[in-house]
This record gives sequence, structure tokens and C-alpha cells, in this order.
Amino acid sequence: MCATCGCQDGADAKIINIETGKALSEPPAHHQHHQHHQHHHHDHAEPHPHSHGHHHHSPDDVSDRRERAQSASTVRLEQSLLEKNDAIAARNRAWFAGREILALNLVSSPGAGKTAVLERTLRGLQKTQPCFVIEGDQATSNDGERIKNAGAPAVQINTGSGCHLDASMVARALPALKPSFRSLVMIENVGNLVCPALFDLGEHAKVLILSVTEGEDKPVKYPHMFEAARLLLINKIDLLPYLAFDLDRCMAYARQVNPCIEILALSAATGEGFEAWHAWISNASSNMADGPLQGHLGAAP
Amino acid sequence: MHELALAQSVVEAVATHANGRKIRRVKLEIGKLACVMPDALLFCFDAVTAGTPLEGAALEILEIEGQARCRTCGEIFVTETLWAICRCGSQDCERLSGSELNIKEYELCTALLFEGSAP
Repeated sequence: MCATCGCQDGADAKIINIETGKALSEPPAHHQHHQHHQHHHHDHAEPHPHSHGHHHHSPDDVSDRRERAQSASTVRLEQSLLEKNDAIAARNRAWFAGREILALNLVSSPGAGKTAVLERTLRGLQKTQPCFVIEGDQATSNDGERIKNAGAPAVQINTGSGCHLDASMVARALPALKPSFRSLVMIENVGNLVCPALFDLGEHAKVLILSVTEGEDKPVKYPHMFEAARLLLINKIDLLPYLAFDLDRCMAYARQVNPCIEILALSAATGEGFEAWHAWISNASSNMADGPLQGHLGAAP
Repeated sequence: MHELALAQSVVEAVATHANGRKIRRVKLEIGKLACVMPDALLFCFDAVTAGTPLEGAALEILEIEGQARCRTCGEIFVTETLWAICRCGSQDCERLSGSELNIKEYELCTALLFEGSAP
């Protein structure tokens, strides 16, 4: 735990470069931030008494004095709870934009097939576009190894007790990953349909993977994630003949929550639907060269 | 349990802003559609404030109702879901409130009286 403020987020996340097998030992970005504060106190707003609205009273007014004594210890902050994460995410976004890198944040519940979709995507795209992967899991480097075997450089982030990746973890992983100019960076988030919806990583779009074994009403059960996603990939469609999954109903639910969501159906097992997914990536990548994509919730204009 | 990360961000933001002074109370504004459980946040807050200037501080949470405006008939109504459907049947609605996730204010244990700077 940080001695200055007791913050813990990201501090226990472990980052492993899958290429070299080395664990990174750099302090998280927010700790550097504290050092900055210690040396530059004068740059930041000192706590100020909340005395707005009292200036029309005479300074000698007894009730005003009492009021001011009470309110003088209250400090207005008016700051978003996600302000620090959003600021680091904006920096990541600028880092990607400067290198014309398309960064996608892959989210799903555990077992929906994120890594399998990623493996097939990497094998299909490698000839045309360099790909780099940031793998997020609570524990193990298993997925990082799978990605390495699929032929892409990968950095594994183990979040420990954390249930989502945050922008500072991605910021720490990028110097180890060293993605090249105009490449594709896939960030595989921790399998979780709730928490990653809130945390912007600086990606250009959240790509949500839902498998047909999960039930078609997932969009209305976990609406925040479906609202935050730009693209929905419905995976494992090779299993449709064996299931009572209503594909049309699932798509209708997803559009009810997010009328702008794009939807593609595919199977990581058979490769069905991957041409359209590859075309989506290639289209998004060429748009990158013309400037950052629009439309992500919380994305910088 | 992203409430744990959010509770930590409250502690960090307030402790930094207050320059390490002891805090008596923190007031948050949480929208009912923000995907954050106030009870979980309260539970995590007690755990993450231990050993910090916010130890023992009260966490006050002001819940904000979800409101939407129908773009078809103009009605403003309360919604409990992210996707709002108006009484007129329209689903083309604009969310007005309910997504708030803000630290409104905090109170220091010792009063700061800047008599010289008071207007």
C-alpha cells in the first residue's frame, strides 16, 4: 500500500514480458505521480474554504462568521472518481494515435472465447499487419504463451486481486511491448462483463465477445458493457444447431441497449465469419491514419 | 468489485488534494445507472482508509436518480434502466442524469480559516 495516500490500485499487478520471460519492476504511474506532487506542491490547488454565496453578508455579521467557521473546513472538489484513470487513458490514446496504432479492448465473460478469437485473428492478419497483444488475467501466463505460439509478441498483466485492467497497467505494459508504427494492439481484458466497462484504457473501441452458449439475454442482463462496446462479436456459432440460442433475439437485445452497436457472428473453431471481422479491423486501421476514431464513450474528441 | 478500485481512487484524490490533512467526511454523488453499488463502496471505503488521513472518515453518498428526455414527445421521466422507453412508446431518449460518479466535497477535521483571503 502507498504510504502517502493508501492507494493500492494497480500496485499489485504483475507485468511479464512473454518474449523475455522477465517481470517488470517499475513502480506504477500513480506512484511517480506522488513524487511529482511532493516536489511541486505549489502547482496544485491548496484546500480552500467553501465560502461561496456568503460575500453579500457584512463581515461583522455574527451568524455569517459562525456559518463560515462551519463551512471553512469543507472543501469542494467536484472531481470524477475516474479522473485519474481517464487522464492516463487519454495519454495512452495519444500515444497510440501518434504511432497510428489501432488499439482494441477485448472484453467478455470468462470462457466466451477471447483468446481463441485472438489466436485465429493473429494467424489470419499477420501477413498483412503487425500485431501485438496485452494479455490481462488474474493469474498465470497461460494466455500469453498461447498468443506467443500464435506468433505475436505479448505482455502478460496479472492483476492479482483486481477484476479489470486499468489505464495505468496498459501504460506500464506498452514500453515493454514496443508495438510498431501502424500496428494493431489487442488488449485482452480480464474475463468479466461488469467492471471493465467503467475503465477506459485509451483504446479506440471496446470489442465485446459473447458466445452462443451464454444465453441471448446477456445484453439486458449486463447492459453497461453492451452500452460501452462499439462492436459485438457473437462467437461459437458452429454450436448453434445444438442450442436453443435465438441469434436474432440476442441482436435485438444488444441494439435495445446500444442502438449504435455493430454486430458480427463468427466461430473461432471453424473460422466462419472471420473475413468480415478482418475487414472491420482493416477498415478501422485505415481510418486511424486519417485521425482517431469517433464515438467511443469517454473518448477524446 | 470495481468498487474497491473506486474507493481507492477516492482516498487517493482526497488525500492528495488535502495535502495529507486529516479528513472527517467525504461526500460522493453516485448515479443509480452508474453500475456502482453504494453498499459495496461503503464496505470497501472502511477497508482502504485504514492507515490513511481518511481513517475513520464518514462516507456520505448522494444517489442520483436516472432521468431521460424523450426526443419524440419531449417528456422528462425517471428511468431505472440504461435503455429508457417513454410512455409514448418511443425508445429514442436522451439520458439526462443517473451516470454520475463524482467526489463532491470533503470536510477536514480541523477548520481552515483563511481570514485574510475571505471576501
